[in-house]
Amino acid sequence: MSRTLVVAGHGMVAHRLVEALRSDDVDGTWRVVVFGEETRPAYDRVALTSYVDTWNPDVLALPGAEYRGDELVELVLGDPVESIDRGAKRVTTRSGRVQDYDALVLATGSRPFVPPVEGKDLPGVFVYRTIEDLDDIRAAVERARQRRGRPAAAVVGGGLLGLEAAKALRDMGLSPHVVEMAPRLMPLQVDDGGGGLLNRLVTDLDVTVHTGTSTSAIAQDGDRLRASLGNGTELDIDLLVFSAGVRPRDDLGREAGLELGERGGVLTDETCRTSDPHIFAVGECASVAGRVYGLVAPGYSMAEVAAATLLGREASFPGADTSTKLKLMGVDVASFGDAHAATEGSLEVVFNDAVNGSYKKLVVSDDATTLLGGVLVGDASEYNLLRPLVGGELPVDPAALIGPAGGGGGDAVGVEALPDDAQICSCNAVTKGAINAAIHDDGCDGVGAIKSCTRAGTSCGSCVPMLGKLLSACGVEQSTALCEHFTQSRAELFEIVRATRITTFSELIAKHGTGKGCAVCKPAVASILATLGNGHVLGGEQASLQDTNDRFLANMQRNGTYSVVPRVPGGEIMPDKLIVLGQVAKEFGLYTKITGGQRVDLFGATVDQLPQIWRRLVDAGFESGHAYGKALRTVKSCVGTTWCRYGQQDSVGLAVELELRYRGLRSPHKLKSGVSGCQRECAEARSKDFGIIATEHGWNLYVGGNGGAVPRHADLLVSGVDTDELVRIIDRFLMFYVRTADRLQRTAAWLDELDGGLDHLYAVVVEDSLGICDELEAAMAEHVANYEDEWKGVLEDPEKLARFTSFVNAPGAPDPTIAFETERDQPVPVMLGVPEVVSR
Amino acid sequence: MTVLSDEQSAGAETWTPVCRVDQVPLAAGVAALLDGGVQVAVLRTDDGEFHGLSNIDPFSGAAVLARGIVGDIGGVPVVASPIYKQNFDLRTGRCLDDPDVRIATYPIRVVDGTVHVGVR
Repeated sequence: MSRTLVVAGHGMVAHRLVEALRSDDVDGTWRVVVFGEETRPAYDRVALTSYVDTWNPDVLALPGAEYRGDELVELVLGDPVESIDRGAKRVTTRSGRVQDYDALVLATGSRPFVPPVEGKDLPGVFVYRTIEDLDDIRAAVERARQRRGRPAAAVVGGGLLGLEAAKALRDMGLSPHVVEMAPRLMPLQVDDGGGGLLNRLVTDLDVTVHTGTSTSAIAQDGDRLRASLGNGTELDIDLLVFSAGVRPRDDLGREAGLELGERGGVLTDETCRTSDPHIFAVGECASVAGRVYGLVAPGYSMAEVAAATLLGREASFPGADTSTKLKLMGVDVASFGDAHAATEGSLEVVFNDAVNGSYKKLVVSDDATTLLGGVLVGDASEYNLLRPLVGGELPVDPAALIGPAGGGGGDAVGVEALPDDAQICSCNAVTKGAINAAIHDDGCDGVGAIKSCTRAGTSCGSCVPMLGKLLSACGVEQSTALCEHFTQSRAELFEIVRATRITTFSELIAKHGTGKGCAVCKPAVASILATLGNGHVLGGEQASLQDTNDRFLANMQRNGTYSVVPRVPGGEIMPDKLIVLGQVAKEFGLYTKITGGQRVDLFGATVDQLPQIWRRLVDAGFESGHAYGKALRTVKSCVGTTWCRYGQQDSVGLAVELELRYRGLRSPHKLKSGVSGCQRECAEARSKDFGIIATEHGWNLYVGGNGGAVPRHADLLVSGVDTDELVRIIDRFLMFYVRTADRLQRTAAWLDELDGGLDHLYAVVVEDSLGICDELEAAMAEHVANYEDEWKGVLEDPEKLARFTSFVNAPGAPDPTIAFETERDQPVPVMLGVPEVVSR
Repeated sequence: MTVLSDEQSAGAETWTPVCRVDQVPLAAGVAALLDGGVQVAVLRTDDGEFHGLSNIDPFSGAAVLARGIVGDIGGVPVVASPIYKQNFDLRTGRCLDDPDVRIATYPIRVVDGTVHVGVR
């Protein structure tokens, strides 16, 4: 008979505990009853601030947190445990439910710390912990906005959580004040120097920082609030958010007489067991061996220890590394090891570059041989390299690790100097040793291979440059050469063609390559020439460069016939045009299928039939759909506000506009897009190269998505923009991608490998950090102005038309290798051609 | 069009005119249909030299090699199959990506601006 485990609380750590227990308890020895206080299952509280991007709680949902289909888990929400009867081993919940337990896990988390300030309970004063807190803040912002336009707000607390709250307010369009009692922001993580720079960088983002002062009182002032600071400053505001740290919720344990830690929290040993052997505590409510951890990673580790202990296995909490690297309002902050130089005799090495907004400090042992810790603000790119070095002997002079020479640590030290157990990818816990093994033993010969083999570099991507260096260190040469004919990469060739205005492949290979070209470089150069606007893709010499699909403007299928896909912008089509498609399919005997991109694919056309089919289609108002090209395919859409009860914007209208704008744009690989009219995301925009989702505030643009073999959810690039701004940013994004990506590199892989990742992309296409946005927009404007339908161009030109014959000596003769049979009432190919293989 | 199967088996070489030189663009190809349904890819390098290969891609069984990209690999003149992109030596029919595979070659000659395909 199974025993009963009661879990008090359902946050991230409680969920991890239930998950760990249920996955390991194969015999079902424990039945689990979880009582949560919030009305929704555990969600990603770490990402709470991102809730402001979408106001959709589903985005924060943790997979499997409802335990659907698991009969051994009962999840009770909105009914927290209120008391424990340790003698009877029984808990009572708020609703009065009484539940016996064999073991009890306390996972009640933290409560926001609210200092005892006069007026702290006034309406308009909030805390920052739950989705409901954010909903309440949002409602207050909206009310204030209706009263007086732009509302004012203050956040009490300038630590990690305070700056998160400030970011949320900023994302709601406010310019918040931040009040911090310590003399600097993020006092726990950074030192005065780092805090100073952080202060400046945050101030640049429209946040007013008040450090070294407390909030002494909050008073009602009409329908607003007046906050008085200890230094005499008064803030007239509409709302105030307390986000000044958290305190463990240890009340249940305290009332039940469990031992508590000195600084609060239910005291446990290293197995997370409290002073009552039947009761465990995990996460932020626990004081493991006297220490409370406010981070999720140690909480997860406790959850796993407790689950193992419950299953009778030996496990103990190993302590936790509280090193952190994070991005607050776009500012990188990292802190690791002994960041405050608390070790006796420790020395500090500081590099403070106020001009470029970067502060770096290393703490080393008194003999300067061992790295103890450090602080990085503004540019934390060396974090991955430095953190593994903590506690180990320094390979070089500490100043060389953070100094400007050679661009910082990665180059100064070299990855060779790192020990094998140094973690290169901290997101997926992949060590240098594991990556080297993948290179040597599994034959990984590129960054992509390492990624799929070890998962390193697949989450935040910040270690991708290190992967390249490890490959080089292992003697793996990573050539960026396009092929044997060009030593340049595609991006370099693009720049050459753009700068020199070379218009033919012959001239390009004569001046910048060797040999005659091949099936790799010819189509790549053809694509570059087409992007830069050199007339029809089948004009002159260009025809012989094109891959067969582009050469015949149709998609070659396995038997050498082609499929035809006319453009249906946004998937919106008139019945009359739909009828024409049906008539053409019937007339030419074409297999017909609806595509995933909301259009119609007609299969089985021979080379000779293509112009006849397209004559009919062009006459009916169709144009090329570029299904054959490395070009924009479709912009998929849901019906949006026009029909849908939930729509926020006209998604079809935007999809049509975007598809007509970017049609025909030749790019390194195909481009797919989608526009969803609301957060329900029916157009699956986040699986697209660029996807747009409507919100009540405007459009959110997501980039770098992919379906296929390696699915990738697109990343949010900008939110709440209007259509003009959206189109401007997509123009820049696409042109930047087209110029810099490798051949056949989709936006997802491109973004993963882009040095600096999404932040760099944001800097380039939104903040114009390279000063090229005007140029990118002009290039797109030129593309839009010069677009012409490729199929119309063929039909109007006898020379181009002449190429569409199966046999040069027998025009009109049917290809004897092509035959069809009938399957489900439609024609499908039969392979008749007997290969004339001399030997095989 | 006088090629007969008995002549082929007898080893006689018969030349079939298929098109004018200017009907085959540089670095490209056209397909010719010979008697008996034999398909030949008539391919031309970028310096104007003609080569004849079986039009049938041995890896897919589709008659498509005339629609491949003509170029060179390591100095060897090649056509790449448009289906799975293997390269074939224009002179010998040898597949560069799979040494066990070789496809039939056909001699080409140009007489008075007309391209002729030879069948052995």
